[in-house]
Amino acid sequence: MTADASTVSRAGVQGAATQTTPKANPGDRRATAVSHVILVIWSIVVLLPLLWAFVSSFKTTNEILSSPFTLPKSFSFANYISAWDTAGIGTSFFNTIVVVGCSLVLVMVLGAMCSYVLARFQFFGNRAIYYLMLAGLTFPVFLAIVPLFFILRGLGLLNTLQGLITVYVSFALPFTVFFLFAFFKSLPEEIYEAAQMDGAGEWRTFFQVMLPMARPGMASVAIFNFLGLWNQFLLPVALNTDPAKYVLSQGMASFASQAGYSVDYGALFAAVVITVLPVLIVYIIFQRQLQGSVAQGTSR
Amino acid sequence: MTAPVPAVAPGVGRKPKARGPRGRLTFDRVSFMVVFLGLPLALFLVFVISPFVQALYYAMTDWSGFSPNFNFIGFSNYTKLAQDDIFRRSVLNSVLLAIVVPFATIVIALLFASLVTVAGGASGGIRGLRGSSFYRVVSFFPYTVPAIVIGIIWAQVYDPQAGLLNGILTAVGLEKFKSFAWLGEVATAMPASMFVMVWAFVGFYTVLFVAAIKGVPAEIYEAARLDGAGRLRTIWSVTLPLIRDNVQTAWIYLGIAALDAFVWMQALNPFGGPNNSTLVMPQELFNTAFAKGQFGYATAMGVVLALITLLFAACVFLVNRLTGGRDEGGRL
Repeated sequence: MTADASTVSRAGVQGAATQTTPKANPGDRRATAVSHVILVIWSIVVLLPLLWAFVSSFKTTNEILSSPFTLPKSFSFANYISAWDTAGIGTSFFNTIVVVGCSLVLVMVLGAMCSYVLARFQFFGNRAIYYLMLAGLTFPVFLAIVPLFFILRGLGLLNTLQGLITVYVSFALPFTVFFLFAFFKSLPEEIYEAAQMDGAGEWRTFFQVMLPMARPGMASVAIFNFLGLWNQFLLPVALNTDPAKYVLSQGMASFASQAGYSVDYGALFAAVVITVLPVLIVYIIFQRQLQGSVAQGTSR
Repeated sequence: MTAPVPAVAPGVGRKPKARGPRGRLTFDRVSFMVVFLGLPLALFLVFVISPFVQALYYAMTDWSGFSPNFNFIGFSNYTKLAQDDIFRRSVLNSVLLAIVVPFATIVIALLFASLVTVAGGASGGIRGLRGSSFYRVVSFFPYTVPAIVIGIIWAQVYDPQAGLLNGILTAVGLEKFKSFAWLGEVATAMPASMFVMVWAFVGFYTVLFVAAIKGVPAEIYEAARLDGAGRLRTIWSVTLPLIRDNVQTAWIYLGIAALDAFVWMQALNPFGGPNNSTLVMPQELFNTAFAKGQFGYATAMGVVLALITLLFAACVFLVNRLTGGRDEGGRL
């Protein structure tokens, strides 16, 4: 919507501008060149370490240690195999998919339900719950981490994937509720009433009428939650210390600290690529939608 | 679990229009409220709010490790913290991060966002540079990479012997960097770590500011240009005041992320760096709790961290309010 408005005004501006300043002056051209140089340098600074890690993942550890620039002599996936099997990245990868997948589905369902009730029903304590969620969003997780450890131990959920999923869902909930709150608030009351008139109960009204209407908001929150949970480090490191149940971020950290001794840098770079590439490819395919989601997050 | 059920009544009373069907406490409505509000709220209270509240209590105990017995010691943990040199060092480092990282990130992101949206030449329409979508897509890449992996990649880039950075520097003739340990020298460990965080954050905030700038009517930029404002002047006097709220939000998010630099520092310098020069509060807290088993003392550190976080957010609001008042008075 904003894009349309700005293109319209841009077109108008362009017409007026060509009359007043018909040609670009040399100073202006120099400024444009400088701007391009700045952006190109940053692009290189961003891309170079990633490309370097990608190339290094095909080199043997000896080749890596001898020079940072040489290309691999022979092309092989040996590093990937040793990272996937020996270093346990494969196991971590599956654990991550289970934990992030389950948490994402649960937090989206619970978050949508909670924000729907908070946004559209008035009851005693409504505001209080909303501000409690805000507090949960502001305080650092580090304040909670020690008591959380003992709560999970008391419930027998320490070092289990179920426990990790529960904690992921709980800590992603405030953000989800905040984001979706605005969405459910903006849905027209008439639609709710029409659904009630047609005899739909509260459950059906939510799942068949209101939830489908909040789909754009749900997509944006799901993207943010996915990246946030995929990225999560402190919670698994503190609450999930069994190596067989490591998630990817943990597996990577322990692999990197081990690589300091056994020095299998080739496999370390391969593990980096295994972690980065799937999400990066999905991002490149969907980058338009993702950047749109960021835009939505700000214009809230 | 019973709380949400009586809670339905007042909401219904306030909406006379829907009184007929809404007033009845049917099974549908009761089960709906219990599940929709009760379930998420129960999770949130047990796993988020209750640990926060318990932390305040544990911070006043001498609870050490896994023994069930501990004593209430009041504020002794806090007085001990005030004299703890290593903790004080970590506080200083964290505060330094919370000042430098948001500032650098916002300056760079604002510059890039302006370049790709409104800096495309002083003639013609208000537009970004050519190829701006390419720059935007590329600079966003780091946001899709987990922080721990970014840390691992950069730890390799900074590697004294086999690292990319020293490789490039020696290739262009700077022989003294042949085996320079970027993360091993007191002078460079912290700036090098900060750079990694800025590298990771810039793309996301560029996209955020691009979205904000696109919400500004092009006429305003056109007017600024007719008045003879150059590019930098436009960023400072037009863009910045108009997207002030987005900058404030960004500043708070970035500050919170910088105060919780745990994952970055664990990847770059797990043991706090040379002379603890990159040791941050969360690292010290984590070690005190899970390596030394001093849970009471560690939670007191958590309380200090939370206070600094709140103080930081309050400062950002205050600065925005103060400068906002002045700018509005001067310009409008």
